Amino acid sequence: MSGIASPKIRIRGLSKSFGPKRVLDGIDLDVETGTSMVVIGGSGSGKSVLLRCILGLIQPDAGTIEIDGVDVLGQTRRAQDATRERIGMLFQNGALFDSLPVWENVAFGLLARRGKGRIGRVEARSKAGDVLRQVGLDPSVGDLSPAELSGGMQKRVGLARAIAARPDILFFDEPTTGLDPIMGAVIDGLIVDCVKRLGSTAIAITHDMASATRIGDRAAMLYRGKLVWQGPASSLLESGNPMVDQFTHGRREGPISMELRR
Amino acid sequence: MRLSLLIAALGRGVLDTVRGAGRLALFALNGVSHWFRPPFYWRNFVTAFLEFAFFSLPVVALTAVFSGMVIALQSFTGFSRFNAQSAVADIVVLSVVRELGPVLAGLMVAGRVGAAMAAEIGTMRVTDQIDALGTLSTNPMKYLVAPRLLAGLLALPLLVVIADILGVMGGFVVSVIKLGFSPSAYVANTIGFVQPTDVTVGLAKAAVFGFLIALMGCYQGYNSKGGAQGVGGSTTAAVVAASILILSFDYVLTEMFFSR
Repeated sequence: MSGIASPKIRIRGLSKSFGPKRVLDGIDLDVETGTSMVVIGGSGSGKSVLLRCILGLIQPDAGTIEIDGVDVLGQTRRAQDATRERIGMLFQNGALFDSLPVWENVAFGLLARRGKGRIGRVEARSKAGDVLRQVGLDPSVGDLSPAELSGGMQKRVGLARAIAARPDILFFDEPTTGLDPIMGAVIDGLIVDCVKRLGSTAIAITHDMASATRIGDRAAMLYRGKLVWQGPASSLLESGNPMVDQFTHGRREGPISMELRR
Repeated sequence: MRLSLLIAALGRGVLDTVRGAGRLALFALNGVSHWFRPPFYWRNFVTAFLEFAFFSLPVVALTAVFSGMVIALQSFTGFSRFNAQSAVADIVVLSVVRELGPVLAGLMVAGRVGAAMAAEIGTMRVTDQIDALGTLSTNPMKYLVAPRLLAGLLALPLLVVIADILGVMGGFVVSVIKLGFSPSAYVANTIGFVQPTDVTVGLAKAAVFGFLIALMGCYQGYNSKGGAQGVGGSTTAAVVAASILILSFDYVLTEMFFSR
């Protein structure tokens, strides 16, 4: 192992405001290659905005985001597209395209490829079946519409879509929200399997402490747009940080005050 | 003090309107630019085209037939006061081809397709599907907007050709069966009176209206915010804005082509 290897994702001084509200306030974060970083924090703490900034869906006000040492914020549109092709994302509510059957959702990124990597619909259909099998679904599910699936199945299809193009970076936005504990554990297991199989670097944001400890190698906590703690995910429940302790144990009293209205 | 507040409010309103018009124009230019920059999503174009032209056919056909019938009845009632009943065929064909065909088809399609477009794209916006497109190497303007704009531009003229024929037929049926016109004389009057420019300008209007319907549906949907209420608001705004634009552009185009 080289001690001087640069992190896969390196974020420095990332800030973003929406009107008067500062959502991200000078975030510094490194995610090493092949590790899973879990970002926890209350609703509105800036977790989703952080992911969207890295994906290029939101333009930050200040700061840098480097992937493999390349500043993605200064890239041309074409280079940004190429960067995005290396990233798979599982959205909180699945964000499946309801006008397309499941298999086309899964193969969407493959069908969208241009040039050398381009594949036909027949091959894409077959690959979608393989990926569906990897997330524990029968390939026949591919013919259904997303609206015909349960919440857990939609998450699996969302996961299949995220990993179909074998990305080297994976983002998970609240992967277990809205699922029962058993299905949540199943999805977490699938996420860990997929990340390991692909050798990907992952960032997951979640409120679910059981999920955070299952998915993550490292963890970080956001509070009011600032990163207040970073450490091993295994130490989340006994971090020694009063904010993290209050959050992970769900205590009403502590340094974190809920913003009822702002 | 009160006057300055009034002027400030007025100024804000004007600035907001100009800003909104600018955003809409940039959105339209961006969408149209993707017609010429591959890839073009032909499947999405065909789906939108069918939605515009084929699935809107029943409602537009009924509107056109009844409009033609009503014009025949009303113009007969009016012209009979001056013993000018023979002009009924001329009035029917001119009204339908120049005005009622494109305008009524446009308004009906705005209510049907424009609303559906805004609702579909708006739902995609609030459920992160548009962001998901961006993460899957697909430009949402290219995938969602460009094919719909082209479909609107090309489909409405086709629909209006059918509406024109059915509208004239509606007038013919009422004139012959109810008002006692001679069928051959009515047809001869119609064909003899209508000029090719009447039809082509009517179709050009339809192309503009089709583009406007798709533009407002896409623009409002694309900029939806919030949940179900936001999508509902976008849908309403798409239909209202498209209807107003159709009526105002109808005047502008009529002034341009027919005002001599």
